[in-house]
Amino acid sequence: MSAVVQLTDIHKIYDSGEVQVHAVRGISLALQQGEFMAIMGASGSGKSTLMNTLGCLDRPTRGTYLLDRVDVGQLDRNQLADLRNEKLGFVFQGFNLLARTTALENVELPMLYGRNRGTTAQLRDRALHCLNIVGLADRADYFPSQLSGGQQQRVAIARALVNEPQVLLADEPTGNLDSKTSVEVMGVFQQLNDQGITIVMVTHELDIARYCRRNLIMRDGRVVSDLVVSDRLYSPTEMQRILETEAKAKLTGID
Amino acid sequence: MRIDSTVIVSLRALRRNTMRSILTALGIIIGVGAVIAMVSIGNGAKSTVEAQIASLGRNVLLVFSGSFSHGGAHSGAFGAGTLTPDDAEAIGRELPNVAAVSPEVRSGAQVLANGLNWSTSVFGESADYLHIRQWPLSAGAMFTDQDTKAVGKVAIIGQTIVKQLFPDDDPIGQTLRIRNQPFRIIGVLQAKGLSVQGSDQDDVVIIPYTSAMKRVTRQTMLRSINVQASTPDTIDDVQADITALLRQRHRTTEQTDDFTVRNQEEIAAAATATSRTLTLLLAAIAGVSLVVGGIGIMNIMLVSVTERTREIGIRMAVGAHGSDVMLQFLIEAVILSSMGGILGILLGIGSSQLISKWNNWPVLVSSTSVAVAFVFSAAVGVFFGFYPARKAAQLDPIEALRYE
Repeated sequence: MSAVVQLTDIHKIYDSGEVQVHAVRGISLALQQGEFMAIMGASGSGKSTLMNTLGCLDRPTRGTYLLDRVDVGQLDRNQLADLRNEKLGFVFQGFNLLARTTALENVELPMLYGRNRGTTAQLRDRALHCLNIVGLADRADYFPSQLSGGQQQRVAIARALVNEPQVLLADEPTGNLDSKTSVEVMGVFQQLNDQGITIVMVTHELDIARYCRRNLIMRDGRVVSDLVVSDRLYSPTEMQRILETEAKAKLTGID
Repeated sequence: MRIDSTVIVSLRALRRNTMRSILTALGIIIGVGAVIAMVSIGNGAKSTVEAQIASLGRNVLLVFSGSFSHGGAHSGAFGAGTLTPDDAEAIGRELPNVAAVSPEVRSGAQVLANGLNWSTSVFGESADYLHIRQWPLSAGAMFTDQDTKAVGKVAIIGQTIVKQLFPDDDPIGQTLRIRNQPFRIIGVLQAKGLSVQGSDQDDVVIIPYTSAMKRVTRQTMLRSINVQASTPDTIDDVQADITALLRQRHRTTEQTDDFTVRNQEEIAAAATATSRTLTLLLAAIAGVSLVVGGIGIMNIMLVSVTERTREIGIRMAVGAHGSDVMLQFLIEAVILSSMGGILGILLGIGSSQLISKWNNWPVLVSSTSVAVAFVFSAAVGVFFGFYPARKAAQLDPIEALRYE
């Protein structure tokens, strides 16, 4: 089976006039179908740059990136946009939902830019299906401002899923969430991954990274560690533990 | 290109900011409304002027005593009388293509009848005058050549005179005293309204020119001669013939002419030129407000692009091309401006109707001006929406997503 993502000696150099910033210095990486990887590292380690490259938002200065056997380095701006639309799903730290736009319309958004759009009814059915996957079908007509942070992030995940991408990319998806909601969102990711969806996420929280299958640690634009997670956390058991702790806290609170 | 999706996206974006959309379109609404109203008023004025010119009569030439061509020692038109009844008679007798001639004298006079009095204009004319002016009677009959020869004391009166002196009874057969001379009223003119110069054409008493000269003005000279050419094509020939004939009779040259011949087209051209200038001026002022409205749209679209930088980033991240984003903002601008155009057209038609009602001005809403205003407002949207839309399309998705 060939890799979904194949990076070979990727370099990224930002040229801001006098200073050249070498953000990524030779990364080679292969991701198989169904992998669930966390990229970790301190700020400035190049993980955001790597993520932008993986997300086809940016082209590497050097090296080749094959996404689903397509050489990303050869594509122009519009072809990159089509690639993002068809093969990638994005989840951001700040959710990045369109304000004053219903959850359903937010989820429909990537389909509007798709090549085969389908009828309005098909769009709606598909968006509702994805909202159902993340457990928000009953909130379809809510605006983001009427949803909690966890719910907004789940709408964002539904939006990322709607075009059935090859890879789901999440940039600090739990960064703006409390620990309980983070576990909830990680639960959604684990479920999707169990169904065979490839997920790459950036995080700086070690315990969040333990929900993944593989952890990649970067420093100074290089990979310093690439390990399979041995003591993996599972969302349902963690949620159980959190609820028990909360219950205990309430009991002691009443005394 | 996915135009239908983009239209949906644009409509959703506009709906999210309903209030701002309306305020943005307001500039165009007022601009287009002003253009429509101004052009309608201008067209109305033009049609009035054209109607007034038509009321001068058909194929009419006017011969004035005095000369327009130079000042100095010479007096201008209607100056010292130089035209005589013999000149008028010669024009009628000797020139071809002349259908009718009416020598004219005018005098202001206080007229009395029915125990009432009224200050009006007394015109001395020939029996052909009403035919030349295309001015029908509403009652009675015009005096005849017989009356003219006999220096008859008969009069035709306008509607204003009827209103002032005979408010209750039939004026036909009654006696009108002009400068203490009794004239018998034999006809009443139909209403004609205002002249090109704005005077009341119905405030008039018409008597035979011979009677006017002997009994009212006591002058031997004419003020002017009304000449009717037989067909429109012959007007220029007749004008040249009259000039030649009068030069011969008065022994003058082009430099020393003591008369002026004007044809109706010249008078009409001067008057329509004035009203056309007026229309252009009004439309130009209104056009400026349309441009200001367009700049308003550009301003709001630029603010909107900046404010929605992150939205643009999201759209690009999920697969929007630069052209999709550009089209979205362009369509938003065009929807704003063309909706503004439609509302502006309604506003313009409504306000021009109101103006016509309050001021009693004639207005004429032409379908051309409506179509032009609409197309122009949509074009304003494209023109002023282009720069902001292009700015949005050129954003870098990474930068845009990071934008706070």
